Amino acid sequence: MSDVLAIADHRRGELRDISFELVTAGRELANETGGDLHVAVISGDTERFGEQLKLDGVDTVHTVNHGEEFNHGVYAQTVTQLFDAVAPQFLLMPNSVNGLDYAPAVANRLDLTYVSDVVDIGVDGSTLTATREMYGGKVETTTAVEADQVAVSIRGAEWPATEDTGDATVEAFEADVDESAVRSTVTGFEEVGGGDVDISEADVLVSVGRGIEEEENLDLVRDLADALDATLSSSRPIVDAGWLPKNRQVGQSGKVVTPDVYIAIGISGAVQHVAGMKGSDTIVAINTDPNAPIYDIADYGIVEDLFDVVPALIEEFQ
Amino acid sequence: MKVLVTVKEVAAVEDEFQIAGTSIDETYLEYDLNEWDDYAVEEAVQLQEAGIADEVVAVTIGPERSEETIRMALAKGADRAVRIWDDALEGADLLDVGAKTAILEKVVEEEDPDIVLSGVQADDDGFGATGVSLADALGYEWAAVVNHLDQDSVESGTASVRRELEGGVEELTDVELPAVLTIQTGINEPRYASLRGIRQAQRKEIAPKTLGDLGLDAAAVENELELTDMYEPETESDATYFEGGPDEAAGQLADLLREKGVGAQ
Repeated sequence: MSDVLAIADHRRGELRDISFELVTAGRELANETGGDLHVAVISGDTERFGEQLKLDGVDTVHTVNHGEEFNHGVYAQTVTQLFDAVAPQFLLMPNSVNGLDYAPAVANRLDLTYVSDVVDIGVDGSTLTATREMYGGKVETTTAVEADQVAVSIRGAEWPATEDTGDATVEAFEADVDESAVRSTVTGFEEVGGGDVDISEADVLVSVGRGIEEEENLDLVRDLADALDATLSSSRPIVDAGWLPKNRQVGQSGKVVTPDVYIAIGISGAVQHVAGMKGSDTIVAINTDPNAPIYDIADYGIVEDLFDVVPALIEEFQ
Repeated sequence: MKVLVTVKEVAAVEDEFQIAGTSIDETYLEYDLNEWDDYAVEEAVQLQEAGIADEVVAVTIGPERSEETIRMALAKGADRAVRIWDDALEGADLLDVGAKTAILEKVVEEEDPDIVLSGVQADDDGFGATGVSLADALGYEWAAVVNHLDQDSVESGTASVRRELEGGVEELTDVELPAVLTIQTGINEPRYASLRGIRQAQRKEIAPKTLGDLGLDAAAVENELELTDMYEPETESDATYFEGGPDEAAGQLADLLREKGVGAQ
């Protein structure tokens, strides 16, 4: 029992990036345990996915041909059966939105200890050490798990993707899916956030976060955007509060943007936000908290109150 | 129809804080209702106001201190609350998903709701797993990361929901009831408790229960997780900082932006 089983993530005909990151994390773990790395892909075009997952470091790819799109009822049953067949020491799953929808059920069904959203993992004998964030990213922690078998979900973009092809064996896995236990049905997908503006097309974005405090203060950043001939965008809390429409949201669940200049105002830089703007050419951050993670990726920073800096900046351009 | 909402009091950490061992010193913590749970409570109360839910019950696992926070859920419209705490839970610095599942499973079995609403995750430990784990343990159906619930569908025995996927895509899903829905922020606009609500909440019941009351013993919540280290993440900033006060810094930033052609008419 030293193998590692990783479950690939896909949507609407494409393997998602985290699938290739799971391979890297899985290979690291398998090197520690001395076991094999198994990767499973469930539903969709499993023939093509199976070929794409024959990556460096993978020993066996298991393909489960059942339906097109993700369904947690199918996944929960299938992953449980794969786990019993492979009998791995570690089960790796993605901490994606779909991962959130099946990984806890699998862990419950298999009575496994579950550690979610890890950003680093190590093994010391029979102890797994997982690095995780707590308190909204304010601290990092290490958690030791003493168990023969453990279920883990990994955060996206923490491991590099494995891209090189290897010589894995691809095997079809015959899952026994009880359809009467599949009690939710996906009826469709919808792109959201259309409308008056496409922030992903903008060259310059003035982006506002929780630090703006009140809805009426938004006029301040609107004025700045006007003065700079820039487009206004925001982080999640502003959209959640209903102050700006969804099409203005930058981040994991919003838009991915890559402008020439991104000015983050009162944005702390949570990982979900950074995922949507880290590809910007020049990043400027204005935030009173010198420890805010936004400064980790900023090229330029001003550690001052936005209510002092922004009016001064507007003045410069009038 | 009965709706049960799982709520949690979480600690938020101030900008400046001190870590002692594997925890943060109490003086730097501020306790509040978990942000995701606030949206779950609002969704439940809206079902009640629409005449779909007859009763909304809030459930929490937490020490006596958390009653103040739980009372906010009652002030916003939940009818009563159940609070589970036990000496066996006192020492654990991290309660794992299995333990939370075991406790909540017993409460849900007693209450027998049609819908359980829980937040997608708690802001402190950030596991994001209890709702789905609970559903599986109960044999309930579920949906994770729900950002829209069609109220009318609920009465037909199937909840039509939207799940918020990555990249601005939503999945439309029909979920058979009974079910657990994990609620994403932004699904609604959580109300502020009214003065009248706050007064009424003082008279609403918060029933304390121990593990023994639920027919569990300490072994059911034994933890396989041990927090061994806690530290502030290393800052990797190699940003150039503009200093000298807001005006001076704004001037330097303006020069940079002009250099990059920003704001040029």
